[in-house]
Amino acid sequence: MMGVPKMSKEYRGVWVFIEQNEGKIEGVSLELLGAGRKLADKLSVSLCGVLLGKDVLALCNQVISYGADKVYVIDHPVLEDYRTESYMKGVVLLAEKYSPEIFLYGATPNGKDLASAVATDLSTGLTADTTMLDVDLDKRLLEASRPAFGGNIMATILCKKHRPQMATVRPKVMKALEPDKERQGVIIEENIELYEDDMRTKVLKVVKDVTKRANLADAHIIVCGGKGLGDQQNFSLIYELAEVIGASVGGTRDVVEAGWLPHELQIGQTGETVTPKIYFAVGISGAIQHLVGMKNSEIIIAINKDASAPIFDIATYGIVGDALDILPKLIQQFKEIRTEKGGEISYA
Amino acid sequence: MHIVVCVKQVPDTKIIKINPKTNTLDRRSAPAILNPYDAHAVQEAVRMKRFIKEVYISVLSMGPPQANAIIKKSVEIGADEGYLISDRAFAGADTLATSYALSKALDKIASIRPIDMILCGKHAIDGDTGQVGPGIARRLDIPPVTNVIEVTELNEKEQNVVVKRKLSGGYQLLQIQMPCLLTVEKEINALEYSPLPNMLKAARYEPVVWTVNDLGDVDRTQLGLKGSPTIVGKMFTPPKHEGGKRLEGSSDEQVRELIKCLLEEKKELFHVK
Repeated sequence: MMGVPKMSKEYRGVWVFIEQNEGKIEGVSLELLGAGRKLADKLSVSLCGVLLGKDVLALCNQVISYGADKVYVIDHPVLEDYRTESYMKGVVLLAEKYSPEIFLYGATPNGKDLASAVATDLSTGLTADTTMLDVDLDKRLLEASRPAFGGNIMATILCKKHRPQMATVRPKVMKALEPDKERQGVIIEENIELYEDDMRTKVLKVVKDVTKRANLADAHIIVCGGKGLGDQQNFSLIYELAEVIGASVGGTRDVVEAGWLPHELQIGQTGETVTPKIYFAVGISGAIQHLVGMKNSEIIIAINKDASAPIFDIATYGIVGDALDILPKLIQQFKEIRTEKGGEISYA
Repeated sequence: MHIVVCVKQVPDTKIIKINPKTNTLDRRSAPAILNPYDAHAVQEAVRMKRFIKEVYISVLSMGPPQANAIIKKSVEIGADEGYLISDRAFAGADTLATSYALSKALDKIASIRPIDMILCGKHAIDGDTGQVGPGIARRLDIPPVTNVIEVTELNEKEQNVVVKRKLSGGYQLLQIQMPCLLTVEKEINALEYSPLPNMLKAARYEPVVWTVNDLGDVDRTQLGLKGSPTIVGKMFTPPKHEGGKRLEGSSDEQVRELIKCLLEEKKELFHVK
C-alpha cells in the first residue's frame, strides 16, 4: 500500500486544518487561510477548511469569512478535546474521500502531532515548520521552504509523487485576510463513527497556564539576549532593561542551551514566534533560525559588536557596539526619562 | 516492563561552524552527540525503573556504525540493551521512511521481548521536525502522546500511564493505555551524572547491530531515499532586507539618538503612568 505513488486519482484543492480550542479558532489557522487563499487562486482550485470538534458548526462562517470556499466539518462529542487517535481518524477519512492536493496545518503542538500521524497513514510527504509557501503552477508542486539546519540558508522541500502535499507552518509568519462577513461558502458535514470506549487515550483534565508563554506571545516590548552577552551574569542586564521599560525577556537557542534561560523563553524556529511593537536584539548575530521567530516585529533594535552580523539587515535601528557598554547607558537614560516624567514607563 | 527509547546521533549545534562561503554547515567541525531530547528520554526510562521493579530498558538507533557511540552513552545513563540498525539501504531517509525502518526494528525487538512503552525525544536538533515519533506510533498502531513534560503515574496493573502534555497555553492531563509512545520535552527531568558501574558497563558494551536483512519482512521500496516522498528541491539564501538606520557617534550619542527615535515613532510606548 505504501511507497507506491498514489497519483492514479485526481487530487485537487488546497486544505487548511482549522485548529480550535474550546470553540475558539487558533490564530495560525486564520493565517493559513490567508496563505492558502493565494495558493488556491494560483492553482484555480477551491480553498477548504477542515474543522473537527464538538459543537463547532457555529465556527464555519468564520472560516468562510477568512477566505475558505468550503468547510468540511465533523462535529462529534468524542472530538471535544484534541487526541491524536480520534482527530487523525476524522482527517484521514476526509482526505481519502475528497483527495486534496495540498494540506496545511499550523505548527502548533496539536497541528504537528496530527499532521505526522495523518502523513503516515496517507503515506505522503510532510514538511515541518515551514516559513515560506509557494506553488510551481506547471507541475502543481507545493514549494514549502524552511530554514535548513544550522546554516543561514533556506531549503525548499518538494513532494513530487505523493498526494496530498502536506506541511506544517509556523504561527505568525503568514498573514490572515481581513474577514469578509458577506463571503459565501459551502458547509459540508461529515459523519464519523467514534466511540469513547474505543479511545486508548483519556483526557483527564485540561489546565490553562497563562504565565510565561502568554507573556512572550502578547508582549508589546521584548528584550532578547544572545550569546554575545558573554555569560549568565551579564545577561542580568537584559532583565534590568526589560524591567525599566516594562518589557518581557527572551533569549536565543544558544542562551537556552547554555542554561541561562528556561526553554519557554526561547525565541526562534524551535521556540516562540513573536511580533511585538518593539524588539531589542542584544548580542544576537541573527541566525536565520532566530530571525524567523521575530522578524515580523514592528521595530527591531539591534545591538551587536560585529557590524556585519545579519541581524543588522533586518533591524530598524542598529547600534554597532559592545552590549555591556550600551545596555547600562540605555537603562540609565530610560530611568532618567521615567524620573523626569514621573511614574512608570508602560505601553499604553 | 519493557521500555524502548529511540535515540539519534546528531551534530552538536552549539559547536558546529558555518562555512561563510556556502552558508552551509561544516559538519566536520562538529562532534556527534546523543540528541539532547533523547538523553532526557533515556533518563526518564531510568527514572521509571526506580519506581517499578523489573523495568528493562532498550535503546534503538538508526545510523552509520559510528552511532555506536550514542548507544554506549545511553548505556551510561542506564539502558540495559542497545540496538543499531545500520545499512546503506536506510540512507537518505526522510521522516516517513525513517519511521518505517524503525517500526520494523521495533517489531523485531518486540518479538524478543514484548514492548510496553516507547519513548522518543520531542525532536532531533538537526532536523527539528518531531515527525518520526508520532509516525512510529501510527505504524505500530499504538496511541502516541507528544510533548510530554511529566509522567505523573505509571499503573502497571491497569497497564496505563498518566502524563502531562504541554500545549500552547497550558497542559493536558492524559491517561494512556499501554503499549504507547511518548515524546518528551527537556523539562521532563534533569539529566544526572552516570554512576560508575554504568560507565564501566558502557565502556565494554557492544550494541546489537542489524542490517536490513536482519529485519525480516521489509518492503525495500519504503526505505531510504527511495521510500522518501520529500526531497530538497533547492537551497537558497533568504532575500536580504535592506536594513534600517545605523546609528552613529559615541555610544552615548547612539543611545540618545535611539531613544529620541523611539519617542517619536512610538509615543504610546512612553505613556508614563
